Amino acid sequence: MYNKVTQKDIDALIAATSADRVLYGESISEDYSHDELGGISNMPEVLVKVLSTEEVAAVMKHASQNKIPVVVRGSGTGLVGASVALHGGIMLETTAMNKILELDEENLTVTVQPGVLLMELAAFCEEHDFLYPPDPGEKSATIGGNISTNAGGMRAVKYGVTRDYVRGLTAVLPSGEIVTLGGKVVKNSSGYSLKDLIIGSEGTLAVITEAVLKLVPLPKITTSLLVPFTSISDAIGTVPLLIKSRASLTAIEFMEQGTILFSEEYLGKNFPDKKSPAYLILTVDGNDKSVVDAEIDKVAELCIGAGATDALIVDTEERKGSVWSARGAFLEAIKASTTEMDECDVVVPRNKVAEFVLYTHEVSKQLGVRIPSFGHAGDGNLHVYVCRDDLADTAWKDALEKAFDLLYKKARALSGLVSGEHGIGYAKKGFLAEDYGETQLSLMRGIKSAFDPNCILNPGKVF
Amino acid sequence: MNIIVCVKQVPGTNKVAVDPVTGVLIRDGVDSKINPYDLFALEEGFSLAEKTDGCVKTLSMGPPQAKEALKETLWMGASESVLLSDRKFGGADVAATSCALALGIKKLGEYDIIICGKQTTDGDTAQVGPELAQRLGIEHIANVTEILECRDGYITVTADLDTVIQTAKIKLPCLITIEKDANTPRLPSYNRKKSMDCDELIKVYSVADIPDADENMLGLKGSPTQVERIFPPEKNSGQEISEGSSDELCDKLFELLSTRKFI
Repeated sequence: MYNKVTQKDIDALIAATSADRVLYGESISEDYSHDELGGISNMPEVLVKVLSTEEVAAVMKHASQNKIPVVVRGSGTGLVGASVALHGGIMLETTAMNKILELDEENLTVTVQPGVLLMELAAFCEEHDFLYPPDPGEKSATIGGNISTNAGGMRAVKYGVTRDYVRGLTAVLPSGEIVTLGGKVVKNSSGYSLKDLIIGSEGTLAVITEAVLKLVPLPKITTSLLVPFTSISDAIGTVPLLIKSRASLTAIEFMEQGTILFSEEYLGKNFPDKKSPAYLILTVDGNDKSVVDAEIDKVAELCIGAGATDALIVDTEERKGSVWSARGAFLEAIKASTTEMDECDVVVPRNKVAEFVLYTHEVSKQLGVRIPSFGHAGDGNLHVYVCRDDLADTAWKDALEKAFDLLYKKARALSGLVSGEHGIGYAKKGFLAEDYGETQLSLMRGIKSAFDPNCILNPGKVF
Repeated sequence: MNIIVCVKQVPGTNKVAVDPVTGVLIRDGVDSKINPYDLFALEEGFSLAEKTDGCVKTLSMGPPQAKEALKETLWMGASESVLLSDRKFGGADVAATSCALALGIKKLGEYDIIICGKQTTDGDTAQVGPELAQRLGIEHIANVTEILECRDGYITVTADLDTVIQTAKIKLPCLITIEKDANTPRLPSYNRKKSMDCDELIKVYSVADIPDADENMLGLKGSPTQVERIFPPEKNSGQEISEGSSDELCDKLFELLSTRKFI
């Protein structure tokens, strides 16, 4: 179906870029065969470290003419195998396209190349008194990857997700043509939003080479509360009350004691409080201290009224660091606590979060596997990890399959969806198909073939 | 055990202005917080109090708004506080500060141990703790990383002396200053905030309230040193590149990490 990469192709790729940025055969590190998801890996035949839109266009044109599959890769921090070169071919690495091109203070936008890391973008914006609100836990992910998965993160409750902050994209189509979609404009009713199709398409429609992102003024004050509860059901049961109270919360995260202990072990650093079985972290931001303080008092009272044993105040850089650095490391910490794991990133309506989390406990008991979870209780997006621990190979595969089957069925029954922010990639294709059915999948296939008639861009992903 | 922890209120951010004439930090209108180093001292105090069935009292010198920092110490676990606040305390260098704090300690009554942060983020001198001990005539040890044991009138601690880690056993009462990251400071409690009458629990004293205070030893008057210039510490972001075989590089890395006490 696809052509293998030949020396002639390598010569053409070198001509389009430069010899030191085209790696092939054994000189490609094993890292490029996988992302952060275990269980699926395949080496690309050639790795091209691109530097510009024009280089990407030249590579795509060559690939298209020679029917060679292309997979785009950022930092490789994905969790669903979306950047694995299932069919070999060319891997385009965008991490060297890491320039912040322009800060436009008159239009409140920042223009970036796709390889800029989330942490670099966050620091740059803060330095200039702006906030780029999407805040996924994995700060070493690239912005290109974030756009490709429509990443969400911890501030989604108030600010929304990556899609809400992408004003414009420059992208290279599989044919090698360059398109500019959207721009610095605030409104846009000009035909189909191709930009929005590319956002969240996991590298299957086009290669993003530049993005215009919307910024908001940096709130002057941000205060969080770490709220201890005597049970996970009390903790999560409080979330609908918080949402109903119309409290202006930026983040509502939940976590269990076990996860905190893993993160302490992983980071070698103690968490400020770990005596309670479950916690919520709540954040309020604003520009007026008295307004933020009043809001904090209101949510603290509400939580204590709903069964919280206290509400611990997280107001200075040091305190935020001690709480949020642990929260940001939960995924890696759970990973380090077991031999192998797979995750379920479902999203359910916010008033069903408690029911879903308690159900994960039931499944854990029923199947005899450990299933720790944490997540964005405020937006209904949960991160549930099925851990192998010391299970033998067949028992593990069996347990994982059963666990996922039960968890996704439950999410569907609660009117939830397969993925809140990590995407479908390779790993969740089956569950997406079950959720969406043939009508929606065939529309997706139609869109794919309009962009990529030869199916050379990231084949075998999403559906 | 009766424990006293000294704290200082410092600017909440690094973006602070300095008065070009006096060299003093302009604090008006700038958000403030507890000196981050003092949070480690507070935590060490609270956990020692828990182990010995004791209590923590806190002490600060500063403008009236420094009361906010002391309130936070109450919300974290302190039982009462003293604030020394008077224009006559103002403009103090480390010597005059330690003199004032020594007077404040007397106001707080009996104590077994005084705990200070290693240094402050605004002054960076790391001298007030040891000078305070000197004025009180008690033993002291700086840069304490861990309290190993506290019994029979002695305390055993480890201290980071740059090139070595020292274990020392010293007689109580004494003063220790706590190294950065010696622990994870606890957070202020909303329950304590709502239930405590902070105005009752924080006593504010002026110079006139302290009969044995010698004004010539306090504030700008009592400061033998003057600030000539304030500048941020030099940032060290240099890289060290080593070359050699894997074995040589392993040895080199081990040596480097152990000299810097990471392992």
